[in-house]
Parts: sequence; structure tokens; C-alpha cells
Amino acid sequence: MGAPIIETRGLGRDYVVGAQVVHALEGLTVSIDRGEFLAIMGPSGSGKSTCMQLLGCLDTPTAGAYLFDGEDVSLLDRDALAETRNRKIGFVFQSFNLLPRASALGNVELPLMYGRRDRRTRKEMAERALEAVGLGARIHHTPAQLSGGQMQRVAIARALVNDPLLILADEPTGALDSATGQEILALFHRLNGRGITIILVTHDAEVARAARRVLRFRDGHLVGDERIAPVADTAGASA
Amino acid sequence: MSYLDCLLTAFVALRSNLMRSVLTALGIIIGVAAVIAMVAIGAGAEQRVQSVIQNLGTNLLIVVNGSRTSGGRRTGSGTKPSLTEGDALALTKEIEAVQYSGASVGGSGQVVAGNSNWFTVFRGVANDYLDARDWAVETGRGFTPAEQRSAAKVVILGKTVALNLFGDSDPIGQSVRVNRVPFVVAGVFRAKGQSPSGMDQDDVIMMPLSSAKKRVLGGRQVRGDLVGTITVKVRSTEEVADVEEQAKDLLRRRHKIRDGQPDDFYVRNLAEMLEARAESSRIMAILLASVAGVSLIVGGIGIMNIMLVSVTERTSEIGLRMALGARSRDVMAQFVIEAVSLSIIGGLIGVMLGVAGSLLLAHLGEWPMLIDTEAILMAVAFSAAVGIFFGYYPARKAAALDPIIALRHE
Ligand SMILES: Nc1ncnc2c1ncn2[C@@H]1O[C@H](COP(=O)(O)OP(=O)(O)OP(=O)(O)O)[C@@H](O)[C@H]1O
Ligand SMILES: [Mg+2]
Repeated sequence: MGAPIIETRGLGRDYVVGAQVVHALEGLTVSIDRGEFLAIMGPSGSGKSTCMQLLGCLDTPTAGAYLFDGEDVSLLDRDALAETRNRKIGFVFQSFNLLPRASALGNVELPLMYGRRDRRTRKEMAERALEAVGLGARIHHTPAQLSGGQMQRVAIARALVNDPLLILADEPTGALDSATGQEILALFHRLNGRGITIILVTHDAEVARAARRVLRFRDGHLVGDERIAPVADTAGASA
Repeated sequence: MSYLDCLLTAFVALRSNLMRSVLTALGIIIGVAAVIAMVAIGAGAEQRVQSVIQNLGTNLLIVVNGSRTSGGRRTGSGTKPSLTEGDALALTKEIEAVQYSGASVGGSGQVVAGNSNWFTVFRGVANDYLDARDWAVETGRGFTPAEQRSAAKVVILGKTVALNLFGDSDPIGQSVRVNRVPFVVAGVFRAKGQSPSGMDQDDVIMMPLSSAKKRVLGGRQVRGDLVGTITVKVRSTEEVADVEEQAKDLLRRRHKIRDGQPDDFYVRNLAEMLEARAESSRIMAILLASVAGVSLIVGGIGIMNIMLVSVTERTSEIGLRMALGARSRDVMAQFVIEAVSLSIIGGLIGVMLGVAGSLLLAHLGEWPMLIDTEAILMAVAFSAAVGIFFGYYPARKAAALDPIIALRHE
């Protein structure tokens, strides 16, 4: 499978709240290969989101080392982190996080704007990404004119528009009904099929079943790392 | 992120909260509008004063008789005759920078021609006076030196007088009576039109100085070679102050005034009046500028206030933008440009309102006004500067946000 895209050694993140130190994540050593489809599970407060933020270069660790795509993230400054996120990572959030005033197209163009692409390329790439998530007919709709599932598709289009190595999704189906959730999972599967590494954070064992590997956290520690044999046919894979 | 993208992003943000944007810009709008209107009206008034003085000539000195003291009461300028024709000649001869120095006496009275009559002012003038005041003869001729010496009974009519006495017929060679003394019309002046203060300058009759003194006027001014005023035209405006000093010295010597005694004449310097006007308009400008400064600063504080609210409100948006790859400077640029757009648009609306307001005032009050492009540019530039200054702090706050904290913010 080539060099791992993610490699951590003793990764930790402490939060200082007043006089108290919260060890949100401690001693995480893990290696994730390109093209993996991975779920992170664990009870609330176990450090899943903290882990995602570190892996997504949104935050820097307070302990340990993190190599992303062969690069030591602790050596990067704020702007370099921003650039890494822009070019290599796509994010999908539970609450979609779309700009309410912008159209679907405008939202999807955002990462390209910060990537300093020219307007025409931007529009073409964004349209292609929206078509890829099945929203080719809705590009001028604003979030208020879209359903939850459609909004999450816009968010996924935004995550994949810059052709990232990695998509990080924090509870992407948390705000959706199960049928819509399954459609979204099928979409992730398709993207994974194109070679994009996918990491999902979820509470839901059903959702985790879509992945080929599951990391379990408890109280900031990695307590389980199991690989699941590929399921012959995932529900809704035809979507 | 390109400037155009920043600008478009800013406009979307401003438009999405249109009412708030307008209210925020109101401070700048009102400040700029008030300044533009005040400057326009101030400049208009200033221009009117300047043109009054300009019209009289900035290189003129007018020497008038001093005041008489009777029983401790001074009776005002011109009441104690001391100036003579000799003084006028001496001024031309002895001061190099003096171009013309013409004596004159004046009065008013009824002028009759045939069965028309007209009440007007008349002046007895030396030929130098006509040159100093740029009076040009349009038809007929001026006064000859012989006529000046012999108190000839000839007059030159102002356009208005000619029209009122003779209508369309040619007045040259016709006879008119000034205060019952018969004169022959030698010429008609070219029209000068209204003076800036609204007086008809062409409502006048001129005759040789000696003729006025001997034949028309009675009383003090008749005696000897006394005259009413001496009008001095200086070669250039720069030399006026110099000539004024020299003229005073010369006249004191000629009038044998001892050191320590006051002058028995007044010299009026139009350039000096102009200078005083300019000085007071400079003070006015400084006042206006401080009013502008205060209102723009108040407007700027309003912008800063709203930008701070906006940064707090849009924390999660900022976090999202950062997650998607916005660098600190992109976020910074977004908010600074938003503040600057707000203040510049406010400034432009202010300029339009200010111009419209001063046009309206000028129209309603018939005030003169002058729209000063420099003031407009200054106002817009200043409001842009206000936007940058007061937008900087909120923008820096936004740019310094931690992406994960911003993302968590709801
Ligand atoms: N910014 C922060 N400051 C202080 N403590 C924090 C911060 N972010 C997270 N924590 C703490 O770190 C721990 C892990 O939080 P995290 O958000 O990673 O949990 P999670 O597994 O994602 O939970 P959930 O399933 O509820 O989203 C929690 O105890 C949380 O209170
Ligand atoms: Mg979480």
C-alpha cells in the first residue's frame, strides 16, 4: 500500500483549563495507509474529535510526533498548516458548516479560493465536485433551500473539490436519518474507491461497519484497533 | 485569496446585514456630508469676497483724507482735507513702483439733457485716475491735458447714464447740465457692469478734476489744489506693501508732519484686506477640518464596534474558513476590507449627500458655493484611513482565532 499517509508516535494533546490539565489524548501511536477507510469510535469525551483535529492539522500536539504525508506537522507554522489543510485534507462536520449566504457552488468554491485558483477553474472544479455528489442540478441553491442530506453532500463536495489525500468526517451522519446516512456512507465509499483515505468519527456501530478498520478510544487512549474484512456489498453502494 | 475575492466576500457580508451596514456607515455619511457642504459654502463665500476685492484691483492703494478732531470728537475719514493734486503727482514721480496716481473729487447731483433727467454720482478726475481704475472710453474721446488745465466743460458718461439720458441716440457732442452747469459730452465709457457688491458701476459721470472743483462743487474741496482721494496703482501686487510705506513717508514729509504726530490721511490697501480674508479662511478651514476629524473618528468607532460584534458572531464561520485553508492574512484582509468598504461607501454616500445638500442650499438661499474636489478627495481618503485604522483591531482579533476553538463555537 506504499508509505503510510498518517504516522503518529506517542501523540498527545493536553488542554489546560484553569489549574486543571485535561489529557484529551495520550500516547497515540498509529499508522494509517493511503486508501484506508477507517472509523474512530468511542464514548463521548474519549478524545475522538481531539484526535481528528490533530490528524487534520487543525491543531498541534502537546506531546509526541505526527508525520502527515511524510511531513513533520510540528515543524509547520500556522500558514503552512493552513496550506496543508487546503491542499491535502477535506473536512466534513456533523452540522455541515456551510456558509448560509452562499450558494452550493459558492460554498464548494471556498477551498479553491483560498488555494488561489482562478475563477474559471474554480467554477469548473466546483461544478464537477457537485456533480460527483449528485447535486449537479442544485448548484445555485443556498443551504436554506436544501435538505440535510443535500447539505451534507455539498459539504462532501467541498471536502473533495481540491482532490485531497484525506477526508476527515466528524459524525457526518449524526444529524441525518438512517436512510440518508446510508446514502452519505455510500458516497464516502465511492470516494474511497477513488483512492482517497477516509476517516469517520462516529458513535454508531452501524456506521462504523462501513469502514474496513476501526479505532476505539476510551479516556484519551487507543484501546482497540481492528481490521474488518471487506463486506461484499455495502448497503446503498449503488447510490 | 485575491483582492477581488476579498472585496466580493466583504460585499456579501455587508449586504447580508444591509440595515446594520447602513446604520454603521451613518456616522461617516453624516460627517462627510456636513464637511463637504460646509466647505462648499465656505469656499463660495470666500470666493465672493475675493472677487469683490479682485474686481477693485489688488494692486490699488487708495489714499483718503484724515479725520478732523472737533472738541475731542473725531468725525471720520475724509473730513479733514489735506491731500492735494501735488501729492498725487509726487507719488508718481518719486516712487518708482507707482504706475498711476490719480486725484479725484466726487459728488452727486441731478443731470439734465433736453427733457430727460437722471440722478447720479459725478467725479472730477485726473487722467491718471481713469488709467488706475481701468476706465476705457468706448465712443468719443477722453480728456485732453488742456481741458484738464482749463476746467473745460466736458464730461464722459457712464453707459447707464448715457442710456437714461439719450436712449438710442448718439450723446457725443450733446449738451448736459450737471447741477445746472452746462457741459458737452465728449465720450461714453465702455460698460463695467455690476460691481460684485451689486452696485451699477456705469451709473456715473466723469469730468476733469479742475472742472468739478471750480464749476460744480462748492465748499471746502474747492479751495486751492485740495482733492478728495488719490488712487494709486502699483506696478505689481508684491510691491503694494512697500509702496504703501513709501507713500506714507512721502505724504508725511509733504504735509510736514512731525515725528510722533498722527497721519492726516489714511491709506487703504486692498491686498492687505485680501490677506486678512485669506488668513480668516485658513482658520475656518482648520476648524472645519477638526469638525470633520471628530465626526469621522466617531464614525470610525461605530465601525470598530460593529466589526467586533461581527467577529464574535461569525466565529464559527472564521473557524470554517481556516479549516478550509484560509491563512491568518486572508481572514485579516477579509475583515479589514469589510471595514474599509463600509467607510469608503459611507464616505461616497456622504460626498453625494453633501454635494446635493450644498446645491440645494445654494439654490434655496441663493448662496454662492464652490464644490471643492480637493475636499471631496480628502474626505474619501480620510474615511478610507478611518476604515483601516478602526478595522485593524477587530480584523487582527479574527485572524488570531484558534481554528479549533472557532469551529467549536456555536
Ligand atoms: N478546547 C478544549 N478545552 C478544554 N478541554 C477540551 C477542549 N476540547 C476538548 N476538551 C476535552 O477533551 C476531552 C475530549 O474531547 P473530545 O471533543 O475529543 O471528545 P469526543 O470523543 O469527540 O466526544 P463527543 O463524542 O462528545 O464528540 C473532553 O473531556 C473535553 O472536555
Ligand atoms: Mg466529538
